[in-house]
Amino acid sequence: MDREKLLIIGGGMAATRLIEETAAAAPGRYSMTVIGEEPRLAYNRVLLSSVLAGEAELADIELRPAQWWRAEGVEFLSGRRAVDIDRAGRVVALDDGARLPYSKLVLATGSRALRLNIEGAALPGVHTFRDVADVDALSRLGAEGKNVLVIGGGLLGLEAAYGLVRRGANVTLAHVMDRLMERQLDAEGGALLKRLVEATGVRVRLVADTARVGGDGRVQWAAFADGSLLEVDAVVFAVGIRANAELANKSGLAVQRGVVVDDGLASSDPNISAIGECAEHRGVCYGLVEPAYEQAHILAARLAGRAAQYEGSTVSTNLKVSGVRVFSAGDYLAHSGADILYCKDPRMGVYRKLVVQDDRLTGAILIGDTSGARDCLAFIRSGERVADLHELLFGAPRLDKAA
Amino acid sequence: MLDVISKSGAVAAVGAAAAPATATRTTCPYCGVGCGVLASVDKTGVARVAGDPSHPSNFGRLCSKGSALGETLGLEGRLLHPLRRSQGDGFERLSWDAALDAVAAGFKRIVDRHGPDAVAFYLSGQLLTEDYYVANKLMKGFIGSANVDTNSRLCMASAVAGHKRAFGADAVPGCYEDLDAADLIVLVGSNAAWCHPVLFQRIMRNREARGAQLVVIDTRRTATAESADLFLRIMPGSDQALFSGLLVHLAESGVIDSDHIERRTTGFEAALAQARRIAPSIAAAAVSAGLPETEVAAFFDMFARTARVVTAFSQGVNQSAQGTDKVNAIINCHLATGRIGKLGSSPFSLTGQPNAMGGREVGGLANSLAAHMGFEPESVDRVRRFWNAPRIAEREGLKAVAMFEAVARGDIKALWIVGSNPAASLPDADAARGALQKLELLVVSDNVRSNDTINSGAHLLLPAQAWGEKNGTVTNSERRISRQRAFLSPPGETRPDWAIFSDVARRMGFPGFDFRSAACVFREHAALSAFENAGKRDFDLGGLAELSDDAYDALEPTQWPIRPGESAGRSRLFGEGAFNTPDGRARFVAPEKPTLASALTADYPLRLNTGRVRDQWHSMTRTGTSPRLARHAPEPFVEINPKDAKAAGVEQNGFARVVTAHGSCVLRAIVTERQPTGHLFAPIHWTDETSAQARVGALVPPCVDPISGQPESKAAPAAIAPCAFARQGVLLARRPLALPRGMWWARLAVAGGFAYRIASDAQASFWLDFLRRNGSEDVVEFFDEAQGLLRAAAFRADRAELFLALGRSPPPVDAGLDLSALDKLSASQRLELLSGATAPRDGESSPVVCACFGVSERKIDAVIASGCTDAAEVGRLLRAGTNCGSCLPEIRRMIAKRRG
Repeated sequence: MDREKLLIIGGGMAATRLIEETAAAAPGRYSMTVIGEEPRLAYNRVLLSSVLAGEAELADIELRPAQWWRAEGVEFLSGRRAVDIDRAGRVVALDDGARLPYSKLVLATGSRALRLNIEGAALPGVHTFRDVADVDALSRLGAEGKNVLVIGGGLLGLEAAYGLVRRGANVTLAHVMDRLMERQLDAEGGALLKRLVEATGVRVRLVADTARVGGDGRVQWAAFADGSLLEVDAVVFAVGIRANAELANKSGLAVQRGVVVDDGLASSDPNISAIGECAEHRGVCYGLVEPAYEQAHILAARLAGRAAQYEGSTVSTNLKVSGVRVFSAGDYLAHSGADILYCKDPRMGVYRKLVVQDDRLTGAILIGDTSGARDCLAFIRSGERVADLHELLFGAPRLDKAA
Repeated sequence: MLDVISKSGAVAAVGAAAAPATATRTTCPYCGVGCGVLASVDKTGVARVAGDPSHPSNFGRLCSKGSALGETLGLEGRLLHPLRRSQGDGFERLSWDAALDAVAAGFKRIVDRHGPDAVAFYLSGQLLTEDYYVANKLMKGFIGSANVDTNSRLCMASAVAGHKRAFGADAVPGCYEDLDAADLIVLVGSNAAWCHPVLFQRIMRNREARGAQLVVIDTRRTATAESADLFLRIMPGSDQALFSGLLVHLAESGVIDSDHIERRTTGFEAALAQARRIAPSIAAAAVSAGLPETEVAAFFDMFARTARVVTAFSQGVNQSAQGTDKVNAIINCHLATGRIGKLGSSPFSLTGQPNAMGGREVGGLANSLAAHMGFEPESVDRVRRFWNAPRIAEREGLKAVAMFEAVARGDIKALWIVGSNPAASLPDADAARGALQKLELLVVSDNVRSNDTINSGAHLLLPAQAWGEKNGTVTNSERRISRQRAFLSPPGETRPDWAIFSDVARRMGFPGFDFRSAACVFREHAALSAFENAGKRDFDLGGLAELSDDAYDALEPTQWPIRPGESAGRSRLFGEGAFNTPDGRARFVAPEKPTLASALTADYPLRLNTGRVRDQWHSMTRTGTSPRLARHAPEPFVEINPKDAKAAGVEQNGFARVVTAHGSCVLRAIVTERQPTGHLFAPIHWTDETSAQARVGALVPPCVDPISGQPESKAAPAAIAPCAFARQGVLLARRPLALPRGMWWARLAVAGGFAYRIASDAQASFWLDFLRRNGSEDVVEFFDEAQGLLRAAAFRADRAELFLALGRSPPPVDAGLDLSALDKLSASQRLELLSGATAPRDGESSPVVCACFGVSERKIDAVIASGCTDAAEVGRLLRAGTNCGSCLPEIRRMIAKRRG
């Protein structure tokens, strides 16, 4: 019996998880092919910052070894790019002219780093932080002790800055907002994180709007909206991501900020699905791995013929940021009159906040000591009553030694 | 007997045999019982305190306060060097020479310019007799004014005046042995179970062993009342109605001793006639006193048919604008039945302070001169010759309340306050505090660097020796002189008060102050008492006037009189008549009709009574330093009947503002049936040193007894209203803190520092800033918006300097009692500290009932719940109540409650 052809464009974390889940959910049903643009097997992009920081080797972050892919019977085409989808003929064309037929196509093309639309943004010496090539370039800057400006105080910018400092660079981080990670942290948490980041050697400038960068043939300075000027050897943009949806767009699929998918993760073409950072579900493009994994889980079930529905993800962040454990989830700012419980120990770099409405956890921020993060997320997702909020807040307080 | 070893709050009890042979025999510095104490300090600085088994006042027993003396010897807050107020609020050190010169020059200047009555001394029942003697001699003999008064005026003056009117001298006729031998003991206005616990236990043993009956007459159901066979809850101010009724009843039932009346007294008919006008019948007495007729009849019958009766009275009688009449109304009943100065029969004044009696003996009151002599010309002449004092005062000086009014008017321009805190303890205390600020010269001799009086503008502070450091004598309620002996070396530059007064006297150019020792002072005092006495005055220490220094040091507890040539004193007086009046007869005194000095109004519809709590003494300068004693009643409170509470909207454990025409306090409300409707009760112990708004003295009107000058401290017209704070809790600190105005707080001692129980409306941000300013920048915090919880701590390295726990409900009584738990905290324990997991949970909170053995209410309740049915059994299981016994009424109350 001929197996159905499942073709996945994108060779990252979402694709890998989809293959694992599908293999488990519908063993032997599909013959699977992965088209990856980077010239390597799938790796854990989240851990790129650890590689930059010198805390992990590239080999350590590979998701699955070559023999695993072989054993699973998955064809992994790395260093190749899909350039066209013939939806009527159900064929994908690659940049090398190859044409791959499919019965089911999944877009897992991820996203790319944005550059600010400012003067000088294309000069040599202006980087982003997205893939292994970026890590190589940034690592070199560090090794040469360069003066680097990282623009963007979100998760990515902080990790770039931290990694660069660890590599030996002299780093300034400029953030246009008045606090770091404003999409995950409240003012208190942002302030604590700023202190902890500064303790690693990064100079942090808040409310710093980079107006333009310039230099003679390559970037040499950055100018801010307040008129101040900073001499730099390099600039790293970490100002956000944009879904890689051009191929879908060109193919006539419905695309807004990302490839529009329904609760079954199908695009406007029922044979084509999208998951991960390239997908837009109920108006949301997630920029985190957790929703991608949840989508992979649902899509695998559907590929196995079950009627699973994806209803969106409760966004949470549970990461080590600049060497500091940070967890954030739900209504972390306590909108809509929710009550707050918090405890904090600035000297030890610990801040734990729970947002509660009617004994139910609706949001949380945990910095420094993220014990209980999993429970917090489970409570937020389930909406169950929390019997002992204090126990959850104080957890079994265990300090992260790395903090 | 209890032996207590104390260092940083550690307490252990061992048998009497363990008291070291080198222990110093001394006398307890608290109440007028005058218990013998064995005290010693070992090489490691641990103080041991035990009752002295050989002392006839206590036979080895001590109460909770006495047992904790070892915990109160620290030097925190002590005044150790002479200080002079510098610019602003600060003080600067100066030498003793300079300080004494300044005092002498200041007093001399003001006397020269304005006359001797422009200066005054305000002394204390805490002083030793020798201190009192030299101060009295200086002021009355040489400065030439009788403006020497004392805090005993607030305590014993009515008893003194009553004694003088009846007996011709301020002499207590009976002795403690009478409490063992009486068949009926009547306690009037005395919460002896808490205020004279060792005597009360003697009474209770008599009750158990001999079946003596106990009648308690009080306006509220105290711990003492709970132990009584008959409790008469009388209306305030009606004591003389009850005792007038009793006199009428005794006369009508033929119980009076006509022979005694005939041969040894005068004035009976007039007194009886007045008694008939006040309370002609049992029914009339019952109406006046607000009692059921059956109860009054029962009491009268018990009194009538019991020959051996001791009527012991204390502040409930004395602290009244008719206190002297009340004393005499009581004495009249004893004179009429001849029940005076006989085994088991006497009226008996229970003295409040350790040496109120000694002070009275030297004449340390504005209305007596010296050695129980007054201002009769022959007495003035006699003392003038004895002292060789040509300028001796020839008329009475100003009594306490009048003295401070004279200060307020500017008539008195220099005042020397010694060992007392009148800015907190006088009636209308806010006015007294204000008056002090007008003085040209305010000198304070004390043990502490700061109190309400010192902070009222004192110009010079003189460091005095404290208990354990000083040497001399005190006299207890049964006329027994005991030695207070030093067992500690005096810290800093502290000196004995008698020496300070002597030095100032010499600097003022007066002869007769070359005392080398306390013994020298005592011999002169004893000699004066015997001077031209020849048996006419019962206050006679002639037998002790020739004591050598060694004999003085070895002096055994001795009752006076001890006349020249005698080697032992007398237990009882007046059993055979021989009163100290000119004709040798006692006087019946007809009391005025009972009334209170102030009337209730629509604005002030309640009566405020004031008094003491079990484990604190006066303004807590000493007892307040003991963590153990702090746990029985950690906050200033007001007791109120449930009906009144409901009417006023005051809630159990809430806060209440108590207001009188003179001042206002904010106190924790305790709603209890023990308090009668219409009446409030608040304890006197808290000052601005220990609480924010609990100076109960400020509520008391300055109405005084016309004879004794004692203020009516127990019947102020008052109003009460609820008062709420957003948060309340505990703040633990290593050192005393200055808390901002506008919040409520009470400070208590805990192991290693202080606990502030606080209530305030301040925002969390205020408290976090407070911790940063007073502790350190290293602050950890916990906030629970929904439950209103805020907890925070300020660290230095791994030690928490300050710890704050605030919530919406009252903090547990035993919250945060030991700072040593905060001495060394690991990184992970810093936040854990705020979780409340290590502190006792509210359900487990429990006040200490037995302070001697530190047994909590919870433990006692547990054994009662498991079947314990009497207090003795509780004692066998937990030791609770087996030492001083002052907690036995509470234990019995708990048993009764369980039985339901």
